[in-house]
Amino acid sequence: MGEKTKRLAMVASKGTLDQAYPPLILATTAAAMGWEVGIFFTFYGLDILHKKRLEHLQVSPVGNPAMPPPIPAIPMLKVPTLMGALPGMTAMATTMMKGWMAKAKMPSVKELVDLCVEGDVQLFACATTMGVMGITQEDLIPQAQCAGATTFLDYAASADVSLFI
Amino acid sequence: MAETIKIQQTLDCKGLLCPLPIIKLSKALKGIQVGEVVEMLATDPGSVPDVKAFQAQTGHEILASEQQGGVYRFLVKRTK
Repeated sequence: MGEKTKRLAMVASKGTLDQAYPPLILATTAAAMGWEVGIFFTFYGLDILHKKRLEHLQVSPVGNPAMPPPIPAIPMLKVPTLMGALPGMTAMATTMMKGWMAKAKMPSVKELVDLCVEGDVQLFACATTMGVMGITQEDLIPQAQCAGATTFLDYAASADVSLFI
Repeated sequence: MAETIKIQQTLDCKGLLCPLPIIKLSKALKGIQVGEVVEMLATDPGSVPDVKAFQAQTGHEILASEQQGGVYRFLVKRTK
């Protein structure tokens, strides 16, 4: 087929465990369909490319009313949001989510990033975020390409699908 | 007639969720010759529309898409 290869351009702006999955799932799927994919990791989203942080992303119960009830049989008995601020609650919520993921045989964030690399997904590391947060190229996985908004917009200008996550 | 189709490889994706079945299907198709067929077994109901969309996007042809009990079975032919 002489069609032009489709292109997906995404901005990954969040660095929590739950929010790391959507761009990585879309990227690996698009790559599996033979699309060109580029993700611009900006602000906390850059943690997804951070060697030391990418395996330690967390999910916060604070301000997250979607967190499931502790006793599944009583769905209306939610953990009060305020309790989410207690020490250990973020770790607990993170462990819980990692448990669901493992039970559902979902890949980890690290494994999805590896699949992106394998699928030739371009991983743009926001230069401004690196500057603001003091992150260097050495802190990031070797496939991360430091780039600014101009590079991403140039890439996204010819994309068929663009998403901000 | 699914019986007459020669299956080159069978992929067991039972118990797996998106994006793994499609990633594995794509990899399997890359590993066979044009014209050969991969059989994929899955339990995720999302795989039914997803395999259809995969065909629409990649051109690889679905020869069969059926359900046997709780298992979905797809035969996909590499077309290019």
